[in-house]
Amino acid sequence: MNMLNMTLIIDLSYFLAAVLFIFGLKRMSSPVTARGGIVWAGVGMGLATIVTFLFPGMTNYLLMVIAIGLGGVIAWVSGKKVAMTDMPQMIALYNGMGGGAAAAIAAVELFSGKDHGLTFGILAVLGGFIGAVSFSGSLVAFAKLQGFKNTTLRFKGQQMLNLALLLSSLVVAVMIITQHSSGNLVSIFFMLSLVLGVTMTVPIGGADMPVVISLYNAFTGLAVAFEGFVQQNPAMIIAGTVVGAAGSLLTQLMAKAMNRSLAHVLFSGFGETIAEGQEVTGSMKPIDATDVGVMMAFANKVLIIPGYGMAVAQAQHKVWELTQLLIERGVDIKFAIHPVAGRMPGHMNVLLAEAGVPYDIIYDENEINSEFESADVALIIGANDVVNPVARTDPSSPIYGMPILNADYAKNVVVVKRGQGAGFSGIENALFFLDQTRMLYGDGQEVAGELIQAVKSL
Amino acid sequence: MEQIMQIDGFIALYIFMLAGFVGHEIIGKVPAILHTPLMSGSNFIHGIVLVGAMVALGRASTPLEQIIGFIGVFLGAGNAVGGYVVTERMLEMFKSSKGEK
Repeated sequence: MNMLNMTLIIDLSYFLAAVLFIFGLKRMSSPVTARGGIVWAGVGMGLATIVTFLFPGMTNYLLMVIAIGLGGVIAWVSGKKVAMTDMPQMIALYNGMGGGAAAAIAAVELFSGKDHGLTFGILAVLGGFIGAVSFSGSLVAFAKLQGFKNTTLRFKGQQMLNLALLLSSLVVAVMIITQHSSGNLVSIFFMLSLVLGVTMTVPIGGADMPVVISLYNAFTGLAVAFEGFVQQNPAMIIAGTVVGAAGSLLTQLMAKAMNRSLAHVLFSGFGETIAEGQEVTGSMKPIDATDVGVMMAFANKVLIIPGYGMAVAQAQHKVWELTQLLIERGVDIKFAIHPVAGRMPGHMNVLLAEAGVPYDIIYDENEINSEFESADVALIIGANDVVNPVARTDPSSPIYGMPILNADYAKNVVVVKRGQGAGFSGIENALFFLDQTRMLYGDGQEVAGELIQAVKSL
Repeated sequence: MEQIMQIDGFIALYIFMLAGFVGHEIIGKVPAILHTPLMSGSNFIHGIVLVGAMVALGRASTPLEQIIGFIGVFLGAGNAVGGYVVTERMLEMFKSSKGEK
């Protein structure tokens, strides 16, 4: 009887956790309720974790507490410490950990040699495979974004190698399922999966990382759901499936925003070679901050386009200060955000929100694009590929067809940039060579400071 | 380990289908500004894997299973806690920007 009560409490708590996850995620999808949403989900997670200690027939409690404490404290400290600009790679890291945990569940199930039956055998193996790929793939993504640049590696026959790895893990998987796991086979299986995660991710260029992280996020969700079926745990099944579906859709939305199909992201090299495209003619014309300050202070309408450069320079606070000065002078000023500006969709919004910019002066690409023609100044801070007009004009360019911000339609374009190099995609930016474009060289934060001085001294 | 309800076959398929639909619906209408926080939030939610890893470790009998289970719980806890902390930090900023207006 007591046992039955216990199971009832556990089942009820898992149900409640699943409800809290779904409503929490729902609340997170609106800026007004978003903060409450994560708290709801957090309560669900806490509840589910605590009742799991009551699970009948368990041992190893000491190990469990140590592992939770260790993982929890490390993640807590690193999550609190990390700079806002480095959020994307932290998400990749924590996502990888989740995938690894799912793979570990599968490994314990398979190493135990229990007969799971056909369905659960397949699900356990599949979940383990996806989890392991997500684990090692996410770690590579983390390394890339963390700035170990030479992690991008391409060689002849890479696709063949990946295919071979995939097929051999499939064969081993079938062997495991049909003859009940022998230890060696299971080890080989996880080795293959982990290696595949690495070889799949290394050739993908840094510009595509957001899509890849989102994909692995969906992968981990699926892996969790599959292991949930194996363990007959409804909270895992529901949470995992919801994340799997939500993540898949989010991945598609991102890929669409970059005008790249998912297959293209995964199976083609991009962002490495200098694109052929058409030769860009003309010259880059420098300008100094005082002139830009005057230009903006007496403009009617200024559009600011931030990019990854703003994030790197941590310039968002200075930019907001500058914006406030200009608003006081009566300038109509708006932020134009490309969906993939930065390293992740919404990356710029997060940074601007951090600086205190109200979200009603921040606009999406499709909301703002018609306004460039009436803008006196388009101020581009550390953005590059997302304003490159060749995406509209040059069919031979690799970014052709990608929706861009039409900065080139503005009467004056000022580009704040550290040096003369090309953008993340390695493509020369035709915008920089236009007649109405001026280059303002320097670190984003310093330049913003100079602009503030320039406007103040008027 | 008797469970009250066995989730398999078509019941499993129904749950999978419905939960998938829910996930799809939730993301469908989200403004782009929330994409990163939402990815982070869903990343936190699959931290529920921690629960499964705890059960796996709790039932582990051989040293090998214990080691793998331990790693699983460690990683799962990292996913859940880290996911929560970064999501909360991001969403915190949305609150402050609203408060100022």
